[in-house]
Amino acid sequence: MLSIKNLHASVEDKEILKGINLVVNAGEVHAIMGPNGAGKSTLASIIAGNENYEVSAGEILLEGEDISELAPEERAHKGVFLSFQYPIEIPGVSVTNFMKTAINESRKANGKEEMPANEMLKLIREKSELLEIDRKFLSRSLNEGFSGGEKKRNEIFQMAMLEPKLAILDETDSGLDIDALRIVANGVNKLKSKNNAVVVITHYQRLLDYIIPDFVHVLMDGKIVKSGGKELAYELEEKGYDWIKAEVQ
Amino acid sequence: MAKYTEDDLKVELESKEYEYGFYTELESDTFPIGLNESIVRAISKKKEEPEWMTDWRIAAFRAWQEMEEPEWANVNYEKPDFQAISYYSAPKKADPNKTLDDVDSELLEMYKKLGISLDEQKKMNNIAMDIVVDSVSVATTFKKTLAEKGIIFMSISEAIREYPDLVQRYLGTVIPQRDNFYAALNSAVFSDGSFCYIPKGVRCPMELSTYFRINQAGTGQFERTLLIADEGSYVSYLEGCTAPSRDENQLHAAVVELIALDNAEIKYSTVQNWYPGNKEGKGGVFNFVTKRGICEKHAKISWTQVETGSAITWKYPSVVLKGDNSIGEFYSIAVTNNYQQADTGTKMIHLGKNTKSTIISKGISAGKSQNSYRGLVRISTNAENARNFSQCDSLLMGNNCGAHTFPYIESKNSSAIIEHEATTSKIGEDQVFYCNQRGIPTEKAIALIVNGFSKEVLNKLPMEFAVEAQKLLEISLEGSVG
Repeated sequence: MLSIKNLHASVEDKEILKGINLVVNAGEVHAIMGPNGAGKSTLASIIAGNENYEVSAGEILLEGEDISELAPEERAHKGVFLSFQYPIEIPGVSVTNFMKTAINESRKANGKEEMPANEMLKLIREKSELLEIDRKFLSRSLNEGFSGGEKKRNEIFQMAMLEPKLAILDETDSGLDIDALRIVANGVNKLKSKNNAVVVITHYQRLLDYIIPDFVHVLMDGKIVKSGGKELAYELEEKGYDWIKAEVQ
Repeated sequence: MAKYTEDDLKVELESKEYEYGFYTELESDTFPIGLNESIVRAISKKKEEPEWMTDWRIAAFRAWQEMEEPEWANVNYEKPDFQAISYYSAPKKADPNKTLDDVDSELLEMYKKLGISLDEQKKMNNIAMDIVVDSVSVATTFKKTLAEKGIIFMSISEAIREYPDLVQRYLGTVIPQRDNFYAALNSAVFSDGSFCYIPKGVRCPMELSTYFRINQAGTGQFERTLLIADEGSYVSYLEGCTAPSRDENQLHAAVVELIALDNAEIKYSTVQNWYPGNKEGKGGVFNFVTKRGICEKHAKISWTQVETGSAITWKYPSVVLKGDNSIGEFYSIAVTNNYQQADTGTKMIHLGKNTKSTIISKGISAGKSQNSYRGLVRISTNAENARNFSQCDSLLMGNNCGAHTFPYIESKNSSAIIEHEATTSKIGEDQVFYCNQRGIPTEKAIALIVNGFSKEVLNKLPMEFAVEAQKLLEISLEGSVG
């Protein structure tokens, strides 16, 4: 699904990613953990195509195709989804209108007709139930005045609506109370299939109790320094990151 | 708004140039350039006006000669040479007594390009229309249906002939001849426009609509609209404007007077799409318009405007809240791109007790444009318990444009409650990236964000107009984000 080779990237001449290698196969869940400032969110942004970062070397392949030169919307049309750590407010644009536009733009790019209104309504109903979202919420302005938890739940709702091949969840657990965390994780689990893949970026092992990763990677100072199974997450929770630092050095 | 699909948008976006920039070859009857008393008399004579009308024009002309062109607005332009303009241009074949079938086929073709085929309008839409090309009102549809209700809707020239008492009684009562430089000029030389009278207690069953278009080169357009809603009546009036693209600046100086008698309500909506000039700021319409309404007791006047065109916009639709318990509203979206300059807003003059006014202004600036809101809220000594709420929001795109807000508040009554809110925001890269990430390309993302920003005002427009307005917003901002 996703294959990243020797990825180097910088912002304002400061190198943040220093040679990332990562392979994520369809049907897998990967967790990327690491201390603050390690480059986790940068990696997520670069995969999504944020042009504020400069990729100086390496490649990003999605299903074998190099997407590193594509515009962010083109990557989205190919099935890349990023759940933002800090979702952006767009006043006056309802969640429903936003989703309708997004879905139809993707369909258009993929040579499909617009989704008929009744199908759209059905999809909205189905996905909002999945994430236990009150439909009144969907006519509110996108992220405007949403609580932290509402914003994150809304990100996963959008993921459910867009049905991406590759979903990157950037700190989706931050700002969620335990009930919201369970609902969000439950949603992600239900959306998981053998045809898609999920990359979860998190500080804490907490979310990984609900979304069980197949692989855990530790990102430190722009490099993946250690990879392992889900038990690695528990180890990190228990011992912190210092022991890995020591081990790497 | 659901009618408008993205495919429609795509087609729109593909035509990057000003959409209505075509010129129709019509045989015109155009006066020589320049302005003096004999031209004013000639206009009046051409239109077979009664003597009082000629005198009224002459008085206006004399006042105008004594006046100076105002300079207080936040706009820069080379002042028009008023002696280099022709003050009357009528398509030669216009004849108010003709039926639609007799209308010049080239004219009909032009309507078709404008998307306002009269046949269509007649059959499909519940809209009565008066079309002013250059200066003469060409045909009015639905006259019969309206006549059954006693509603008068016709060109003002016809009204001067057919209902001289009504016109004489109300013309210039809201905007006197010497009100300001452009109003005085208009009063002297107005060539046509619309007249509307809604009788007591009648609810006008359809939206009334006027479409203005400047066609002839080197002419000014000076329409005059007079709308009277008698006691307890209601009318919704739409006004649309386009002009062909030309290198030289074209002058447009209209006057609109609204009179809402006791318990009457007037809703006046405008979509202004005059040619804005090209990307280098060459050409475009100079739009100097005076619009004002007066409310008697319990009356209500609501102005809604979407201003996307013109090189220069100078326009302040206002309400004089004369009667107790009357209401004035102003909802505005003004978009400027490239080198456009807009100085627009409103005046709410509270004279009566318990009068209320609401102002919602949305300014969107892109390119190298300047967009100013200028508004006055005046509470007079006798206006007990007057109430005003104003909200002025500005949205900036890029780093080379400007947004300005000039609110003036004068309160002479301590019981007044006046609220003013203002915000300025910029379309953020993060907003655009967020949309992009969801698969929405940048142009579409901008349109979405701008529509969201303008929503409160778009919602005030009648349905048909809202769709057009939304399209216009998108077209006007085309290419504004690099």
